[in-house]
Amino acid sequence: MTIRTVRPNRGQRFRPRTHCLKKLDAMVVEMQDPKNGVKGSEQKLNVTTIPHAITGANIIAWISNKMKTTTEEAQVFGTMLMAYGYIYPLQNHRKLVMCNDSSLYRFQTPYFWPTQQWVPEDSDYAIYLAKRNIRKKGMLEPYEQVDYNHLHEWLNHKWDFIVMQATEQYKAGRDRNKADRVVFDCQERAFWIVNRPPRRTHSALDVGPERLINPNVEEKITFDQYRRVNIFYQQAIMRSKVKSSVSLGALVKYITSYKNHDAFLAPCLPSNPWETDHDAYWTLNMRRVDVPTKMRVERWSFSLFELLTDLRGRDDFKIFLKKEFSGENLAFWEAAEELKWGTASSMSAKAESIFKTFLAPGAPRWINIDGRTMGLTVKGLEHPHRYVLEAAQTHVFMLMKKDTFFRYLKSPTYKEIQKKALSPEAHNFSPAQLEDNARNRSAGIHPIILWQQEEEEKAKAAAASVPVDVKAVMSKIDRKK
Amino acid sequence: VQVNPVKSQPTTSPLIPEMATQEVQLNETLAHLKTESETLKTKLEEERAKLHDVELHQVAEKVEALGQFVMKTRRTLKGHGNKVLCMDWCKDKRRIVSSSQDGKVIVWDAFTTNKEHAVTMPCTWVMACAYAPSGCAVACGGLDNKCSVYPLSLDKNENLAAKKKSVAMHTNYLSACSFTNSDMQILTSSGDGTCALWDVESGQLLQSFHGHAADVLCLDLAPSETGNTFVSGGCDKKANVWDMRSGQCIQSFETHESDINSVRYYPSGDAFASGSDDATCRLYDLRADREVAIYSKESIIFGVSSVDFSLSGRLLFGGYNDYTINVWDVLKGTRVSILFGHENRVSTLRVSPDGTAFCTGSWDHTLRIWA
Repeated sequence: MTIRTVRPNRGQRFRPRTHCLKKLDAMVVEMQDPKNGVKGSEQKLNVTTIPHAITGANIIAWISNKMKTTTEEAQVFGTMLMAYGYIYPLQNHRKLVMCNDSSLYRFQTPYFWPTQQWVPEDSDYAIYLAKRNIRKKGMLEPYEQVDYNHLHEWLNHKWDFIVMQATEQYKAGRDRNKADRVVFDCQERAFWIVNRPPRRTHSALDVGPERLINPNVEEKITFDQYRRVNIFYQQAIMRSKVKSSVSLGALVKYITSYKNHDAFLAPCLPSNPWETDHDAYWTLNMRRVDVPTKMRVERWSFSLFELLTDLRGRDDFKIFLKKEFSGENLAFWEAAEELKWGTASSMSAKAESIFKTFLAPGAPRWINIDGRTMGLTVKGLEHPHRYVLEAAQTHVFMLMKKDTFFRYLKSPTYKEIQKKALSPEAHNFSPAQLEDNARNRSAGIHPIILWQQEEEEKAKAAAASVPVDVKAVMSKIDRKK
Repeated sequence: VQVNPVKSQPTTSPLIPEMATQEVQLNETLAHLKTESETLKTKLEEERAKLHDVELHQVAEKVEALGQFVMKTRRTLKGHGNKVLCMDWCKDKRRIVSSSQDGKVIVWDAFTTNKEHAVTMPCTWVMACAYAPSGCAVACGGLDNKCSVYPLSLDKNENLAAKKKSVAMHTNYLSACSFTNSDMQILTSSGDGTCALWDVESGQLLQSFHGHAADVLCLDLAPSETGNTFVSGGCDKKANVWDMRSGQCIQSFETHESDINSVRYYPSGDAFASGSDDATCRLYDLRADREVAIYSKESIIFGVSSVDFSLSGRLLFGGYNDYTINVWDVLKGTRVSILFGHENRVSTLRVSPDGTAFCTGSWDHTLRIWA
């Protein structure tokens, strides 16, 4: 028998946790229950009689009945049982897919079931391949031969040991009677197909990179960790929480507001580009359209955040603010955003420019925030970091949210754009037109080009909106005098 | 043959009485801390329960039920030679970037199914990729422990690897990465148990986030107006919410029974969903500070690899290890649809920026767009 070695602790390298194994074990035991399990029988395959073979159709029917699911879901489940190695096919041993017909399968012996505790190593696989080679040269399939050659290279230092083990197993195998040997060979081959899958065989044991944590061991929590966790719990207990009815009510309200804007819940007008292969929906909703759609304008009214996130909405808001001569709050907010999300190297320069433009006494675009916040911010700007404007930015945002935003929604600017907004008719393509659309899918404009256009527009706007420095103008006039 | 000289060991002297009492004291304090921890945890649960005056499905009773869904595969993107591990949408709503086990990162126009760029990374298992908000660059990383940014170009023949920029450096594999609100900063999570915020231009580490006891597998940035928090999920079964400014963990949830493979914020930013190896998806309400829903079924026992919300937040899409996609009604807690099509586990799932479709990537080497 293959020697089981406890996986060595190589300093935190473990297989990912597989939570489903316990349930799968229990399920497979039930499936083999003589009274209530899957109906099996002897089946004839070629010349041999195979005991305990079951048909795919019976397995799927049993699963469907037990889990109260559709046949399709039961088939998926059956395939997973094979992908994990609990059931193996008798006819095409490399195809780990459950078929809903008279294809034959058998339950794998529990000895070979997947387990989180033990993982087969390369040396185990090498022993298996070597053993088959000893039995009959040329018995290995091409992919196995490739594997064998690789292993011979990597494990060359252990090769004597491997051959010795393989020979012992081979000899032990010869002592068994033929029927048992055939069954065992089948089981062992099925095990290795799942653990070392050939290309194009989907095995669930083919997992990703190893993990830091050992899924079999309870985490040992250190002194320091307990201290930190306790402090965290204390803070969490103190933190103010909201009643469930209030917060859940807010979640429901959000869903209700956005219901008609969700393409999965309400039709997308004129049509969903993915369904009809026509990209009118995207063209109508581009960044810089003259006239936005009614849905888009409606969305601006949901919250200030929505209005500002949609740059077209932000443009409209700016038009309104210009009329009210109160654009400095938004300008400050935008500048603060640029500081927060900008490069580390640009921060000092940006902070200085923001101070001169918005915060300094007599600044050209002075923002009206409370004295305390102003004091804190100005002090913070002595050693600027990316969150130095946080307090001021939040204050300004709240001002806009609670006052300016609502005035905007009632303003002629907004009402005008609401009236002008487009309500596209739903597309009604004939099958021929749909085929045509599919053949002529538009490439749209590349995002890089759009980005370049945006940057140009921003530069133009910045140049145009430089506030008149009254002092400079006055002093020029004085000097001229 | 080199023989290492055996250092002469001092004979073990009997424990000095003070050391003995110190050791006993340490053990007592550890036990004491453990009890304190358990008491505090219970108290936190009590505080949370006090404000729990209604269940989600009760609030949802007044909401109308969903109709039947017809979601189909609209595009199948073939081109990766191995398992697709991650994908992300461009803000233009049609382009995507995807990465795979063989080290390839491909930028596609999913609408026309054209491949626009392909980069070969110097490592295998590229587990993380992200599209920059401007649409002008992509970031990716994996077993190389790094996150690299590749500026994209209009010239399809240009060798993108030449302009590659190494930004993040972790001590273990990169599991997820995301740009913040601009192209200038990247947030990463790693198998080394930490998350980190980096300045792209200089590669400088701006902030690191410590607190997970094992590999961090996923992260998502909050969409809220303040935009200063993010949530991460890990192999320690915990989902942590972090303050990007201070590096502190401000909220933590430990209700899953196994690794958390995916976390995603609810569109309003007041809640988030998680998908775990324990086959459940869960919804956590941040203002009430508790888990408010579990999306599970007796017949679903294989792990969830990836979750995302539809635009309104009413639907939660989950990609599972049994090759299927389950669609959940977030409010009522029921499953509204199951989608078949992939031939191996679904490893990544994202809804498009305007909510018109969602994309899944799978270990069967393909990506599919569903609508």
